[in-house]
Amino acid sequence: MAGMTLALALKSGGLEVALVERQPFDDMLDVSFDGRASAIAYACFRQWKALGVGDVLEKHACRMDEIFVTDGHLPGASAPKPLPFFLHFASEEISDRTGDEPLGYMVENRQVRKALYEEIVNQGIRLISPASVVDNREDGSFAEVDLDTGETLRAPLVVSAEGRKSTLREKAGIKHINWAYDQSAVVCTVQMEHSHNHVAYEHFLPTGPFAILPLNDSRACIVWSETHAKAKALMQVDDQLFYDHLIGRFGEFLGDLTVVGEKFIYPLGLGLAEEMHKGRLALLGDSAHGIHPIAGQGLNLGLKDVAALAEVLIEAARLGEDIGTDLVLERYAKWRRFDNVSTSVIMDGFVRLFSNGNPLLRAVRGVGIGLFNKVPTLRQFVMEDAGAATGDLPKLLRGELV
Amino acid sequence: MTETLNSLDSGSAAGFSIDEGEVSRFSALAAKWWDVKGEFAPLHKFNPTRVKFIRETCLDHFALDYRKRAPFEGLQLLDVGCGGGLLSEPMRRMGFTVTGLDASEKNIGTASAHAAQGGLDIRYLNQTVEQLAESDEVLYHVVLTMEVIEHVSDPEAFLRTCASLVKPGGLLFVATLNRTAKAYGLAIVGAEYVLQWVPKGTHDWKKFLMPEEIRSFLDGTELMPEPPVGVSYNPLTQEWALSDDTDVNYMVVAKYPVTAVL
Repeated sequence: MAGMTLALALKSGGLEVALVERQPFDDMLDVSFDGRASAIAYACFRQWKALGVGDVLEKHACRMDEIFVTDGHLPGASAPKPLPFFLHFASEEISDRTGDEPLGYMVENRQVRKALYEEIVNQGIRLISPASVVDNREDGSFAEVDLDTGETLRAPLVVSAEGRKSTLREKAGIKHINWAYDQSAVVCTVQMEHSHNHVAYEHFLPTGPFAILPLNDSRACIVWSETHAKAKALMQVDDQLFYDHLIGRFGEFLGDLTVVGEKFIYPLGLGLAEEMHKGRLALLGDSAHGIHPIAGQGLNLGLKDVAALAEVLIEAARLGEDIGTDLVLERYAKWRRFDNVSTSVIMDGFVRLFSNGNPLLRAVRGVGIGLFNKVPTLRQFVMEDAGAATGDLPKLLRGELV
Repeated sequence: MTETLNSLDSGSAAGFSIDEGEVSRFSALAAKWWDVKGEFAPLHKFNPTRVKFIRETCLDHFALDYRKRAPFEGLQLLDVGCGGGLLSEPMRRMGFTVTGLDASEKNIGTASAHAAQGGLDIRYLNQTVEQLAESDEVLYHVVLTMEVIEHVSDPEAFLRTCASLVKPGGLLFVATLNRTAKAYGLAIVGAEYVLQWVPKGTHDWKKFLMPEEIRSFLDGTELMPEPPVGVSYNPLTQEWALSDDTDVNYMVVAKYPVTAVL
């Protein structure tokens, strides 16, 4: 999704783009391909608006106006009472700076792919699919990429938006550090009896976070992290048993629930590339940094990469620079490195702090969260940061074309 | 080494042909010139600032669309003293039809080799501007002479020849170093001796030119020089930027009073 957004952004700045996609597009748009939904920071949504997909996506996007974070507990007779502390974020608190924008939007990934795909076709961007990269090399002022279709592409720059497992990154010899968590996320969509009123909930359970993310039509996307073994078991149990476990965590405050569609399972991990570019290759999104989806920041980081890389490349191209040189790509890396690494590390810390049933740690984080809640400026900063509106913002994140 | 000043009707945009045996030597030199972290690193850092200035001045003067990738298509540009092609290449990518001149055969070979690697059609000529003015009738919408005039023996005659090649309605860009104490300290002592950005002896302070001199050299030509624009280095951000300080590096644009002639 970051790759498709980049293609549109570069095209909007007058660059010529070819997009190589491994999966046939029809498969990717099918419900069974990806059941996930993504939290999109408001600044990232502005970028989509600037690129002409905002109107379509707005219909499918559910505003997220409030987020409640609780330090949860597993249900059961012997379970401790929930601590009185919880975090509350509300878009109202920063509305004077954001002009009534929500904290973010929830959109189903397949809707995002569909909207981006249609705009890519609309813009006449060259799409080579299904195809994958078998080899790449450099020849003077060009990078060359061999595809499994037999075709060789030549361009001053290649961008890998392949996701965490990146062939181009490996072939370029960029080192990649991986940490796997002993957690998988079970993802499904539920239909609720009552409306969620645009509120997202994140319960930090000892086995991992359990998130209820609002979707349109009184639906919600559930991201349920468990140990690998438990997550696998959840995938195999019958519908009734799954429902019993689900309602135990979800609670009954929004009435009855119905699971709609399929369940999906994704292993969780953190992956960081040591460099964001090498030679005529630049890494984008999860190819450079795959993070824990604990606060919905993964795709946002990728979309922020897009805005920075597009601006750097478009401006370099307008100055007649060779867009594949270290000089140009280092501007992109400099712009993005700090945010990517710090976000990854903070999210990693969150997972370790919260995925823990130790009573002392629970008390400490309870007090911490309570204090955090009482300091509005800190909370407002976190909201704006999660909304991708802090720092030296690329034009696209301000909703402007380069 | 054969060296031909082939005419434009040969169909090839390159005006300089490299002997087969010389290709590897020039390619090695090109690799040096174009290594952004190598010997010419300071020039690569400096380049985007002056390129941006040229681009914006030309967009404004010729009333062109800044969002276009190659807005200058159809316009002729002459790069006098092109060196390894550090300006000629970006100018070509912006759409200009580019002729690069250099008195050094080595530089022209280097520039030709690099342009060929990148598939850029630039006409490089191993000539002085005086030779070009005598042999060629072509006039240019834009003439650049960037960091060159402080190296020639008769700067006034040189600049007047450059000015004579500007098409009515066009622009002349001159960049050089000011003959001030500050320039001596920064460009000679600082850049050559302390930081060693450029080899010792690259510049002769006595040959640096004051903005008034540039202005007076153009007296009697149709070109009207604008006030000089400074280019300053910020040691904290390690970046170059345009500034009001013309004591060291500066640029002057001279314009034809009427653009309608084009």
